[in-house]
Amino acid sequence: MPKEVTDVICPFCGTLCDDLIVTVSDDNKTILGVKNACAIGAEKFNHQRLPGRVKRPRMRQADGTYKEITYDEAIDWTANMLVKSRKTLMYGWASTSCQAMSVGHDIAEKVGGIVDNCATVCHGSSLIAIEDVGVPSCTLGEVKNRADRVIFWGCNPAHAHPRHMSRYSIFPRGFFTVKGHKGRKIYTVDCRYTDTAKCSDEFIQVQQGYDYELLNAFRTAARGEVLPDTVGGVPKEKIYEIVEDLKTCRFGIIFFGMGLTHTMGRNHNIDIAINLTRDMNDYTKFAIMAMRGHWNVTGSGQVLGWQYGFPYAVDLSRRDQARHQTGETTSVDLLNRSEVEACFYIATDPGAHFPIDAMKSSAKKPTVTVDPHINCTTEISDIHIPVAMVGVEVGGCAYRMDNVPIETRKVVDPPEGMLTDEELLTKINHRVDELLAKGGA
Amino acid sequence: MSEYIIKNGHVFDPVQGIKGDKKDIFVKDNKIVDKVGSGAKVIDASGKTVMAGALEVHAHVAGPKVNAGRWYRPEDKHFDSHKTAGITRIEGGKSIPTVFKTGYEYARMGFTFAMEAAMPPLYARHVHEEIHDTPIIDEAALPVFGNNWFILEYLKNQEIENTAAYIAWVLNQTKGYGVKVVNPGGTEAWAWGLNCLSIHDPVPYFDITPAEIITGLMAANEYLGLPHSMHLHQNNLGNPGNYTTTLESLKLAEGVKAKNNFGREQVLHSTHLQFHSYKGTNWGDFESGAKEVMDYVNRQKNLTIDTGNVTLDETTTMTADGPFEHHLNSLNHLKWINVDVELETAAGVVPFIYDPDNAVFASQWAVGLELALYAKDPMRCFITTDHPNAGPFTRYPRVYAWLMSEKYRNERLNTFKKADKVISATTLANIDREITLYELAAMTRAGPAKCLGLSKDYGGLKPGMNADIAIYNINPDKFPSTGPEIEKAFAQVAYLFKDGKICVEEGKIVDMGKKHTFWVDAKVKENKQVMHDVREKFLRYYSVNENNYSVPESYAPHQHIISVDATQA
Amino acid sequence: MTSKITLNMITCRTIQQGVGMEAGKTSQKYFDACTIIHMHPEDMKKLGIWKNTNVRVTSSVGSVIVKAVETREDLVPGLAHIPMGPWANHIVPAYTYSTGEPCFKGFPVEVEVAMNERIMGAVEIVQDACGLIRK
Repeated sequence: MPKEVTDVICPFCGTLCDDLIVTVSDDNKTILGVKNACAIGAEKFNHQRLPGRVKRPRMRQADGTYKEITYDEAIDWTANMLVKSRKTLMYGWASTSCQAMSVGHDIAEKVGGIVDNCATVCHGSSLIAIEDVGVPSCTLGEVKNRADRVIFWGCNPAHAHPRHMSRYSIFPRGFFTVKGHKGRKIYTVDCRYTDTAKCSDEFIQVQQGYDYELLNAFRTAARGEVLPDTVGGVPKEKIYEIVEDLKTCRFGIIFFGMGLTHTMGRNHNIDIAINLTRDMNDYTKFAIMAMRGHWNVTGSGQVLGWQYGFPYAVDLSRRDQARHQTGETTSVDLLNRSEVEACFYIATDPGAHFPIDAMKSSAKKPTVTVDPHINCTTEISDIHIPVAMVGVEVGGCAYRMDNVPIETRKVVDPPEGMLTDEELLTKINHRVDELLAKGGA
Repeated sequence: MSEYIIKNGHVFDPVQGIKGDKKDIFVKDNKIVDKVGSGAKVIDASGKTVMAGALEVHAHVAGPKVNAGRWYRPEDKHFDSHKTAGITRIEGGKSIPTVFKTGYEYARMGFTFAMEAAMPPLYARHVHEEIHDTPIIDEAALPVFGNNWFILEYLKNQEIENTAAYIAWVLNQTKGYGVKVVNPGGTEAWAWGLNCLSIHDPVPYFDITPAEIITGLMAANEYLGLPHSMHLHQNNLGNPGNYTTTLESLKLAEGVKAKNNFGREQVLHSTHLQFHSYKGTNWGDFESGAKEVMDYVNRQKNLTIDTGNVTLDETTTMTADGPFEHHLNSLNHLKWINVDVELETAAGVVPFIYDPDNAVFASQWAVGLELALYAKDPMRCFITTDHPNAGPFTRYPRVYAWLMSEKYRNERLNTFKKADKVISATTLANIDREITLYELAAMTRAGPAKCLGLSKDYGGLKPGMNADIAIYNINPDKFPSTGPEIEKAFAQVAYLFKDGKICVEEGKIVDMGKKHTFWVDAKVKENKQVMHDVREKFLRYYSVNENNYSVPESYAPHQHIISVDATQA
Repeated sequence: MTSKITLNMITCRTIQQGVGMEAGKTSQKYFDACTIIHMHPEDMKKLGIWKNTNVRVTSSVGSVIVKAVETREDLVPGLAHIPMGPWANHIVPAYTYSTGEPCFKGFPVEVEVAMNERIMGAVEIVQDACGLIRK
């Protein structure tokens, strides 16, 4: 008899929906169906049973093909690589559990690694801005229960966080928001007329790259100062009108995404968006939240935070000190400057998501990639170690975009004999200990 | 099996009334015993001071706002990031140290227990993840209740039994220890950008007053008979003239009797009282209200307090008092973090520099010391820095030195840039009391243990109690004559025994011990109403499902569960 | 009509790209979702192409062959979009202005017709750039 697992957490995006229902075969091996998930989440669970999944580590041969090796061989090779390298980039972590990260950090501290997570090419700009000016925010339930003005700025949840709008931000009825969408006014600010904009009451089309100017104009208007006729392509009348509307709301929130973090200005765009939010708190209640991408990129920042005091790009290569300096200890910059001696990638795919110049540099180093599936990075690595899918085949703690921690669930067994991230890292850690006790590799 | 004799030390133990007599302490496994075998290892403690392991009654050391403080202040690591040789990990941060440094530093100072003072239930898992990673010391966490919708609704109708049943449910779900109340009603008002500055301001929509919340939660706490009392951060924190709000709040405990099986006598613990003991009408005519507040506290036997001593450092303030942090931010304009937590609470974080050249900050420093020096019963007054709000906990040795040496604190007082103003605004200059080692043992060991309901096993050196023992390089017969020497002695224990194991030796961490997470499992009669309300609130208002809310026991390493049976209440 | 036009390029997530990614980096879904460039109809007209024509997109760091398509998420003329992935990242400048973040959005590209050029596979395009394909 197939059975249903309820309250399943979706390990795709930072929305971390926790109401999925997954139907599982009697033997706990196969996922038969997924309910409540968005298209992407459903695909993730369905991928678990696709044929052709790699079940044992593979090592690249001289001719470019891969041959299967044992876990023990892969662990030994990896530990040797880590011990030999004086400075290893240990990048990824956004799609694994906090428990696995902890073990990874222990290894990094011993071998002199630089631990960086996907924020580095995602919301790193936001983290820099928060380090500069703080952030007034709230949990997603507060938005659902109280928000009557919602602004999506440079983010497109309809595509990137598909259930965000129905669970928290546009449609749900909450305690003080009994009318749901009707009681909320939704603004979208973007350079494209996105599908999110189409769900909004008002779309403000900003010229690409002019977000800082427009945000600045909002602050200026809030203080009753004079504006030029248009800012970033938006007429000043519109700006004054919106600012007045925001000042008189009960509870407003700005959600922002890559449209601010990736464009020219980077952290300064976020900085001024946060300052606009601070200003609005002089008139009413206002919050701002980053639309975090990977389902547990926030968790990586949290664990690094409590263990070292920095949210990403943590350089432990001195072994006696933790350092964090964007532009210096951030992954893309390290690769651009060819500053590391080896690369260890886990639970991410820089091959697909880093600029190609960075990956050309990476491909020249000894590289190990830990990922459940074949991806662009595994295919330029010396070794690919497949592992169980976290949130599908093994549980573990994750943090939602509002930093709320949720324990992901195991719904099916991993393939026979397959290690989890935590188990694999623990074994590598032990092997590193042995090698270090012998005085290095 | 391991056995030790701690020989010839000067023992200070208020539990047994031992005031510095030379006495041997015997340790067998994790307990203090009457005698040990001949094979026991001997620790020579002659010329040293022996006390029980210290207990921290109120500090922000684990959880979402602490961690926000850590990662959004990379500059705090400029003060310190280092690794010592040996088994320790990299340690970083000054006002908000990393979990590793937190555990090591408490242990180095002779602490074996710390209470995380504010756990938002929705973030309980995060708190426990950090507690899990904090080495050596035992820890527990207090969930916050003073702005929780369930509580506001039940207490509006004076439903104490339902309030108690809900508290019991939350303690179990979050692996929490007791009832923390922060700015009752004010933080809920803050969700609309408002506040409750007096205990009679009604909470928007919920139509209940802070006074009713405090009274009701006190009653529910005693209904359950929890080991700790209600733990209160009063309304109107940090404002001139607030000592009247404080006295009004404390008066709510008059006539309330403690009811529990743990030897606890207080019904209200008033925390970081320094921030609540101000006279005056503005920062210009600001004066100390410590005398008035302590006169009242000294008379009321069912109250305990902790001080919240300002240490005059750069630090990071953080509290579930969301509106206060917003206010503070409007004063110092540094970076502000705020998080409103659905149905439960809020929190704010703002860095803060207590500049000794500023008369207000210097006066706050004086107020904190006055509170401890006016305390008649050291078993009811505990020393804290409300870490990291008034200063980092690593400054305890300095606070002890100020309290134990009139000369040392007067040196500080008289060299303030605005010394005249501070001396006239406070009464510190007129106090010649010096806290003794015996009183210190009460204020940092026996007192907090009793207040937390842990006096059976912790806070003393009586045979049968847990073998948590701190040995300091202090010879009471030749007590250090200068402040810095006192500081040094308290900063690095000669030895720290945790559960009968030596974890620190001459300030060096030698063993990670066996860390415990304490939590309270309160049993109540089945309550269908409350369980129905829980179900409904999760279905309609929470952003997580009920089944994903609870923190499993696997998060609490070596959990120490304190059971309470309130089914007959 | 010209043989080359200059556009402002942004690279973003799309739901099809997300689904494709979870279906597998080597899947057809991923290929279909990411090997496209969203262009404004006016820009297509300027370039003299019909939709679904392969084009070569060249930035300061390299060029990539993708297929020009229209989008329901309207662009303004002069703005173009390639969904994030190894194809887009083939032309994303890696310089970070000391922020750690490369120029994923808002960099100039030249677009020209490349009707008969082949679009490379996801793994192939990365391996090729990294010199791991033996020719």
